[in-house]
Amino acid sequence: MAKEATRNAYGKALAELVIERDDVLVLDADLTKSTKTIDAKKARPEHHFNMGIAEGNMMAVAAGMAASNKVVYASSFAMFAAGRAFEQIRNSICYPNLNVKVCATHAGITVGEDGASHQCIEDIALMRSIPNMKVFVPCDQYQAKAIVKAVADIDGPCYVRLGRGAVEDVYDENYKFELGKGKVLREGQKIALIATGMMVQEALKAADILAKEDISVTVVDMPCIKPIDEELIEKIAKSHELIITCEEHNVYGGLGSAVSEVTSKKSPVRMEMMGMQDTFGESGTPNELLAKYGLNADHIVEKVKECL
Amino acid sequence: MEIKELELHANRIRKNILTEVHSANSGHPGGSLSGADILTEIYFEQMDINKDNVDSIDRDRFVLSKGHASPLLYGTLKEKGLLEDDLTTFRKINSNLQGHPNMNEVAGVDMSTGSLGQGISCAVGMAIVNKLVDKNNHRIYCLLGDGECEEGQVWEACMAAAHYKLDNLCAVLDYNHLQIDGNIDDVISPEPFASKFESFGWNVLNVNGHDFYELRNAFEQAKQVKDKPTMIIAHTIKGKGVSFMENNYAWHGTAPNDEQYETAMKELGGLE
Repeated sequence: MAKEATRNAYGKALAELVIERDDVLVLDADLTKSTKTIDAKKARPEHHFNMGIAEGNMMAVAAGMAASNKVVYASSFAMFAAGRAFEQIRNSICYPNLNVKVCATHAGITVGEDGASHQCIEDIALMRSIPNMKVFVPCDQYQAKAIVKAVADIDGPCYVRLGRGAVEDVYDENYKFELGKGKVLREGQKIALIATGMMVQEALKAADILAKEDISVTVVDMPCIKPIDEELIEKIAKSHELIITCEEHNVYGGLGSAVSEVTSKKSPVRMEMMGMQDTFGESGTPNELLAKYGLNADHIVEKVKECL
Repeated sequence: MEIKELELHANRIRKNILTEVHSANSGHPGGSLSGADILTEIYFEQMDINKDNVDSIDRDRFVLSKGHASPLLYGTLKEKGLLEDDLTTFRKINSNLQGHPNMNEVAGVDMSTGSLGQGISCAVGMAIVNKLVDKNNHRIYCLLGDGECEEGQVWEACMAAAHYKLDNLCAVLDYNHLQIDGNIDDVISPEPFASKFESFGWNVLNVNGHDFYELRNAFEQAKQVKDKPTMIIAHTIKGKGVSFMENNYAWHGTAPNDEQYETAMKELGGLE
């Protein structure tokens, strides 16, 4: 199975977008080679602006450009986009409902060796709490490409969470993104795994391991955190005894919270939330970190068995 | 325009400011009054804004980086004949005249501002688009507070403006020396301004911010400068025009009571 980082897919999609559309501008904060906006810079250098290591300024500059009828893609690492520049995103971009697409790479603990200072596990919570903001977490290259292109046509601010490491394909080039929709990847009984981002692959691997032991679980990919697929969540909640959410993010405020906000209103169901258990990460390889912090397929298998 | 005419516009804008903060019983009169002559010069002599193009971005634009001076911006748009809203709805429920300006509620408000340090960055974004992408001749104006320059983001924006050689950007510093907690030199000094902005690559001009000749000359000089943004350091008096508000930081964010309002309006009325 092919592997590609979602940030790489972002770079390729953006390089196409800046050629396809004259109104697309790109901003970066000295991380063009890491966020992959360098691809767009190569494709159309006059539409790419490096704002240096000044993320707060970059977000407000993006707002000023969007107020000039441009669609602006602004990139940095998730920590410095959603974290450091939170208030600029809130006040200069989201309050005036401007067309800025914050595409943040290196989210979550799979940043790896850089350690906790660079492993943003709070961005989904921060971004989805802002009115007007929409939040997307693609799981593979095809979904990432589709979302990066789709957000150009969404009126208003969007946050796209992208990863550093190569992840296996879940979809193929025929994938079509639907705004606000989740996707059932496996149909099972009793237990449903609802995952987002790279945890979709872990959930699928867990389902495969469990299938060999005749345990069949449902697996749902939830790329849209906001707006979230309330209809699908309600349906899953009504047809299962337990929902386990899986995310590379703190369990407070992320996918688990978003899903439970729906179930508690529409169809209360028992839930378990797999994610960072309100702790910081540390340096290590991505796989070592996922294992240590309980975020790989083996841990999902364990959790499912524990709950049966 | 005759200087006398500009003075009358500025005087009416000052009255608008007082009416706004008095009816709201809150708001920021001091730093609105200090900038009244600057905005008069920008809106009545510099910017090509009028009823026909107010909804368009195909014109010069203005960003009020010191967004708390919203009574000044609304008062100016009113005097310019661009604002239909009743000024006495300022800061009241269901009003378009928000405490800090909202670009989606008032035509002629070119950027939502209020969180200090961000407006100048937004102005940089607009200026980059105008100069380097759309390649038009529109100018971007921006009014900064002196206390606002304590925000690090102002300097990030200044660095970017110089890097991209934004000679279509002209910012004005409303240098009234006072912020909420007192004199800027006592709170935490952002001075010296001129050498700081110069070292950040800006063309810097010093003027009396209440002298229309000096303001006009500075804006005209700024237009002649190539490859550099211009910062007009406008030396102003906080509360300018109302004797008991002048140079008193207590009037940064306090509204006048009925009696004070009457007195202030009388002082300004005498100029008509």
